[in-house]
Amino acid sequence: MKRFTCLTLAAVALAAVASPMRAQQDTTRGVRIGLSYQPGVKPGVVVMPVSGSWGDSVQAMLQRDLDFGDRVTVMSGDAVNATATAQGSGGVNFGVWSTLGAAAVVQVALAPTGAHVILYDIAARRVAQMRDFPLGGRYGDAHWRLDVHGMSDEIERWITGVRGIARTRILYVRAGRVYVIDSDGYGAHAVTEAGTVMGPAWSPDGHTIAYSKLGSNGWSIEIRDLDSDAEHTLSATPGGLNMTPAFAPDGKSLAYGHGLENGTDIYVANVAGGPARRVTVGRGTDNVSPSFSPDGSRLAFTSGRNGHPEVYTADIDGSNTELLTPFNFGDQNYRSNPEWSPDGLTIAFQSQLAGRFQIMTITLRDRTVKQLTNDGINEDPSWAPDGRHLVFTSSRTGAKQLFVLDTESGRTRQLTHADGARLAAWSRYLAPTP
Amino acid sequence: MTRTIRLAPIALLAAAALAACGKKAPPAPPPAPVVNQDSINAEQARRDSIARAEQARRDSLAKAQADADRLRQAQAAARKALTDVIYFDFDTDSLTNASRGTLDAKIAALSANPDVKLRVAGNTDDRGSDEYNLALGQRRAASAKRYLTDHGITADRIDVISYGEERPVATGEDEAAWSQNRRDEFEITAGGDNLKATP
Repeated sequence: MKRFTCLTLAAVALAAVASPMRAQQDTTRGVRIGLSYQPGVKPGVVVMPVSGSWGDSVQAMLQRDLDFGDRVTVMSGDAVNATATAQGSGGVNFGVWSTLGAAAVVQVALAPTGAHVILYDIAARRVAQMRDFPLGGRYGDAHWRLDVHGMSDEIERWITGVRGIARTRILYVRAGRVYVIDSDGYGAHAVTEAGTVMGPAWSPDGHTIAYSKLGSNGWSIEIRDLDSDAEHTLSATPGGLNMTPAFAPDGKSLAYGHGLENGTDIYVANVAGGPARRVTVGRGTDNVSPSFSPDGSRLAFTSGRNGHPEVYTADIDGSNTELLTPFNFGDQNYRSNPEWSPDGLTIAFQSQLAGRFQIMTITLRDRTVKQLTNDGINEDPSWAPDGRHLVFTSSRTGAKQLFVLDTESGRTRQLTHADGARLAAWSRYLAPTP
Repeated sequence: MTRTIRLAPIALLAAAALAACGKKAPPAPPPAPVVNQDSINAEQARRDSIARAEQARRDSLAKAQADADRLRQAQAAARKALTDVIYFDFDTDSLTNASRGTLDAKIAALSANPDVKLRVAGNTDDRGSDEYNLALGQRRAASAKRYLTDHGITADRIDVISYGEERPVATGEDEAAWSQNRRDEFEITAGGDNLKATP
């Protein structure tokens, strides 16, 4: 009983910490639908049929995006479809939807340059939100799809108070090239030439990526502008091994592993050029895979300094190094590839159990470890901007593929369907191009 | 009368001719050839010299062939010594005794061939993190280089690179495959055309 009270207090305290941001969103967004998001409770949402030649695509994308967000239940089935068709594009029959269990109904009208979206709050029997969304590009192309995803994300925010993650993309490596794929699994294409690359990373604004590339004299960090396709080499530490780049939250510097002949250490260098600053002093061991804390003050990384790979954290100047993942001496366990969550509270990593990697999280406050996968070999987690979903590599189907996991519900979906996809990196929210 | 006398030798001759026709005459001995021994000797000498030259050519070719075979074998031995793979235990860059022996043979071959340069490529099995394994491969390559330079090979002759777990030679999820993949490979990047045998 006492334990329960403590837990409740802790939950209330956490909620109090989290609430100012929500409250602020509520006030800045004006009227918000009268639904409070609770874990395990997913309000029912209906996306009405959309008329026009690309209407069914828009409806399908909104339904899929809201479904993939894992915060609402997208309602479907004969009764829902029949009711939606009967009501057409006219008014919404609150009584019928209420009977069917819908909390919100989304109505979209396509116009030549955009979409007019109305969100109905069924319980309150009123229009909760209304807005025009510009849709760029041509119907069905990458730009247009990105704008439709942005619309989904805003609708999800209207309903749940949290912006969706549909307007994002994921980088990965396949057959020696960096690929990019939309969050819903569409539009996979290579962004680098044939070669051998590893460890792609996004800049926070999503316009630039970094990766390591094998050349005749070793591995270099390449920085590539996705808009112009121009690639340039980070020249701070030429030669040898340069790997696992990670952009700082301000996008101006990169942390990465660099090694010649005496182990690999983590360095930080400006994207624009100039000398590198060494962060770790590994004394001949391997220190790789840095991940910045959201405020840019600390790094999580993999280090073999104590015999086998473990996850450590350190200040950005290398001081205050701490072992994050607990281990027992003498075992062969192996923990690596940390990814700091966007809210800064959790680090995802991979841990070997019975010789197979599984995805785990550890909280920074109390070091609570949670195992998230157990099927096949699961590696290289990367957080979605919502800090709730992770993309990772899994061999569960036999070949390496990317999967997306909702860390709250455990629901998993397969993102890629091409053999050998790995080393995923999830972008931040991709802001519309002004 | 005179006419008769003059005809008498003709008649005799005719009689003799007739007699000759009736009886075989012994064959006349063939004229003895006129022999020039000098010419014969010269010709023989010419033939002998050709035969000797041909034999010398055959001997020389055979010797060249044998030399070339020996050289090729020596070069192959040197090349093998220089490029022999070394293997590692799991998650370590420590050299095994077997690896040290393999590296000692490289030191001898490198010493006999001062123009040779080597590239050491470190590789891992696929059990660890793809990324961490790049660093481990680099350490394995550096470990072999350090052994060579510690034994007198100048550092600029040895170049290192890591392929991590990206270039396996054996597939399979068992120790037989893993142990084949945890390796350093050695590539001759300069001076490999006329290798000298290790003394």
